[in-house]
Amino acid sequence: MSIGLEHYLILSVILFSIGLYGALSKRNAIIILMSIEIMLNAVNIAMVAFSRYIVPELLTGQLFAIFIMVVAAAEAAVGLAIIITIYRNRETIDATEINLMKW
Amino acid sequence: MGLEIAFWILAIVGIGAALSVVLLRNVFRAALSLILCFLAVAGIFITLSADFLAAVQVLVYVGAIAILIILGIMLTREVQRGSPANRLRIPAFIVAVAFLGVVAYAMVNTPWQIASEAPLEPTTQALGAMLFGDGGFILAVEIAPILLLVAILGAIVLVREK
Repeated sequence: MSIGLEHYLILSVILFSIGLYGALSKRNAIIILMSIEIMLNAVNIAMVAFSRYIVPELLTGQLFAIFIMVVAAAEAAVGLAIIITIYRNRETIDATEINLMKW
Repeated sequence: MGLEIAFWILAIVGIGAALSVVLLRNVFRAALSLILCFLAVAGIFITLSADFLAAVQVLVYVGAIAILIILGIMLTREVQRGSPANRLRIPAFIVAVAFLGVVAYAMVNTPWQIASEAPLEPTTQALGAMLFGDGGFILAVEIAPILLLVAILGAIVLVREK
């Protein structure tokens, strides 16, 4: 059985679901950030697979993946800066204990 | 044939590494599994004949983001507490499985219009022409460094000692 577009899309959605589960269920803020990175990677796989199989000459999906990587790098830098600031102020990065703005 | 074997190996390694990121108790080992997952995704890009993206994936994710995350783990000393789940573990599992089922069903049942041409290889020159050439993405290319600059400045302001 040859590898087609569906295989890559199923791989992408499996990785996205794993990341979604991690982002929703973990208490450590750094693990949540890692799960979000897994989700962004899954989206990149779907983008490149669409680009490869539907418009192989245009590379548009690969360009989108490059911009997703730029945004992911910025997000990781700002997210870790926020986590380190919270740790410095409150001595914890447990997402269930950071509830100052919860009602 | 070789492409299929490579795809299955990389897919299994990637999914296993992603699962161990969310299931391992040790935060540092989870970060190492995340690096393995990023490398598997880079291999998947190579099987999709996206050579430039695979190189960028290794440079940006494995080289920069993974190091940032390990640095964050070391600076926050949460390693001793492990990575416990919160109260929403079972609802989160149900939501993730439901999402997986719905999207996989939609993807398998959609009649995609597969093009028959061979993919463009190598992609670096074509990507450069598309990013910087006429009618390309030059505005987005100009906005991306502004976003990176703002993110770097924001990160420095946030972690600066008062």
